[in-house]
Amino acid sequence: MSAQAPSSDKERTTSSEPLDSSLVRDSKRYGDTLFSGISTGSALMIFVILAAVATFLTTQAIPAVTREPGPTGLTAVETAGGFWQWVLPLAFGTVWASVLAMLMAVPLAIGIALFLSHYAPKRVAKTFGYIVDLLAAVPSVVFGLWGVTVLAPALDPFYRWLNDNLSWIYFFNAWVPYGDGGDLRPNLAAGGQNMLTAAMVLALMVIPIITALTREVFLQTPRLHEEASLALGATRWEMIRQAVLPFGTSGIISSSMLGLGRALGETMAVAMILPGKVLISFKLLTFDNPNTIAAYIAQNFPEAEGDGNHQLIAAGLVLFVITLVVNMVARAIIHSRREFSGAN
Amino acid sequence: MSKTVTTEPKRADQKPAMKEPITGHQLPKWSWVLFLAIGIGIAAGLLTLMETFSFAGSIALGVLVFLLLGFIVSAAVEGFRPAKDRLARYVVTSFFLLALLPLGSLLYEVVTRGAARFDWTFFTETQGNTHLMGVELGAMHAIVGTLMITALAFIISVPIGLFTAIYLVEYGASTKLASGIRFLVDVMTGIPSIVAGLFAYSLFSLILGPGTRSGFAGAIALTVLMIPTVVRSTEEMLKLVPNELREASYALGVPKYRTILKVVLPTSLAGIVTGVILAIARIIGETAPLLVTAGYFQLLNANPFSGPTSTLPVMVYQSLRTHGPRAEEMQMLGWTGALTLILLVMGLNLIGRLIAWKFAPKPGR
Repeated sequence: MSAQAPSSDKERTTSSEPLDSSLVRDSKRYGDTLFSGISTGSALMIFVILAAVATFLTTQAIPAVTREPGPTGLTAVETAGGFWQWVLPLAFGTVWASVLAMLMAVPLAIGIALFLSHYAPKRVAKTFGYIVDLLAAVPSVVFGLWGVTVLAPALDPFYRWLNDNLSWIYFFNAWVPYGDGGDLRPNLAAGGQNMLTAAMVLALMVIPIITALTREVFLQTPRLHEEASLALGATRWEMIRQAVLPFGTSGIISSSMLGLGRALGETMAVAMILPGKVLISFKLLTFDNPNTIAAYIAQNFPEAEGDGNHQLIAAGLVLFVITLVVNMVARAIIHSRREFSGAN
Repeated sequence: MSKTVTTEPKRADQKPAMKEPITGHQLPKWSWVLFLAIGIGIAAGLLTLMETFSFAGSIALGVLVFLLLGFIVSAAVEGFRPAKDRLARYVVTSFFLLALLPLGSLLYEVVTRGAARFDWTFFTETQGNTHLMGVELGAMHAIVGTLMITALAFIISVPIGLFTAIYLVEYGASTKLASGIRFLVDVMTGIPSIVAGLFAYSLFSLILGPGTRSGFAGAIALTVLMIPTVVRSTEEMLKLVPNELREASYALGVPKYRTILKVVLPTSLAGIVTGVILAIARIIGETAPLLVTAGYFQLLNANPFSGPTSTLPVMVYQSLRTHGPRAEEMQMLGWTGALTLILLVMGLNLIGRLIAWKFAPKPGR
């Protein structure tokens, strides 16, 4: 509608031109053409930029994927076989760290969002919301600095305790054999700099994103659904389970996916906390941690050259594809649920 | 529930029916204080018995005991359903407090550790020569680099973002091209920051030869990250402008571009400015793309088009990796850099919110 109104408007002005040309200045049309040209050009610029991102990354990545196995200029991977043998453990580390972070972040974020939308007193809920948003404002490098100098050492005793008492749980087992007698020694990460700490900091960075989105969805729960539930005698928690959570399910899923996309691409916090290696391991407390793609790039790019650069750029391309898939799924969920949401 | 039923006849004997409360037995409102105190007490006692007492440990365990205790007592007195409700309330509240804990710790550490070097030399000196002991160290070069690169990214991305949003709302509307562009903006939002950095690096190493590092490349990387946020926020703001305003303008014979410039943009200006400021706040703390593109340099490099340029976030990152006689001083410099960054980002956020709040349309006008 709005798109057609101005065009019919324009026709009218042009048709009135022969009647009284003094009413219509010619420059108008030039201005319009120029302005719409600039706007359309900018919009197409988005397309150009993305195409450039894809093209440049691909051209720089191809030499790494097709090259013969051998020394690369990256100290850590000189003995590695082909490209995929090297990048798959990193991709595993990326996904593993993000999944761990999401396991912590999603329940917490839902709880916080519920607190802000349905539990906190109305007057302070907004201020509390701003405080949670503050978490999102902290740059990732500061999170990394805090994580490696404050959080990791603080958690170190706890990790020791976990390893001593709960090592029958596979994830907390950091004992490795040494010597011939079958003795075991703890192979704990130095100063608590392990996968669990990295995942915790990642979770912290993702929580405000998920919280902000789910809170909005929870606040949109139809008032009548809530009141109907309460009128039938439900407690507040039962009302939330009957009215708020079912309404917000798709919102929770899609915001979690967006948070996951963010966690996958997060670089600095992991790069500073985790002295990772190129390996696959599910253990959380050991010295031998898998690294993430983004952190690996950040740690090695400044010193890399030649083939090493190509290799890292190719890894970045893999990361791009992973995050792209996750984000697409999130958008698809948001889009498919939009028609069903009963918010009317 | 069954409990209340059994007690009802007895009570009816004692008191007149009018005084009978219609609600069941309820715990007093302050009961959570008691539960929490008992919970932490039990946890502390337990840990002392096991000879592993620690303050943080007894708080953490104490909260768990508190939740359990609250649930059991409430289930016994109030019934199972109210007990679940109470448990949910406690859990949700403690989740919120749990999220505040790291935020408080982070701000406290950054402020206390960063304040030591938050002085004049921090803003006037560079990291010049870290091996000479007599030289004052500062982060002037990094601050200049950050401001320069952010300004360049701002200059490039704001016009593109603004005009793209104008296209999406005013010209494209629901055409195929517009929905395609919207999709691409979504894709762009999801680009990991380090990938944006790799893109800028690849671009410049193809043009200027491999290994090129410059502030301008960093600005290009940040542009890729900033454009989608500017487009998104501006688009939302432009959509809020009522169509009646546009139609009134058209009815007066005003051409479309003047309508946009004189009616639509001024109406939504505050929201657009807020969006742009928040976008700057987002990119000013970006580290990974700058590490890859702008690199690290200990002296002032005021020319963004050649040579590596330091920025505050990269300096913070490098401060941890410095070795040598003055490593300690460099670390303190890093903390002060972190403090400066947080002040910058939060100041920008505050300004953005103030503008949004000040110029927001008043309800019920």
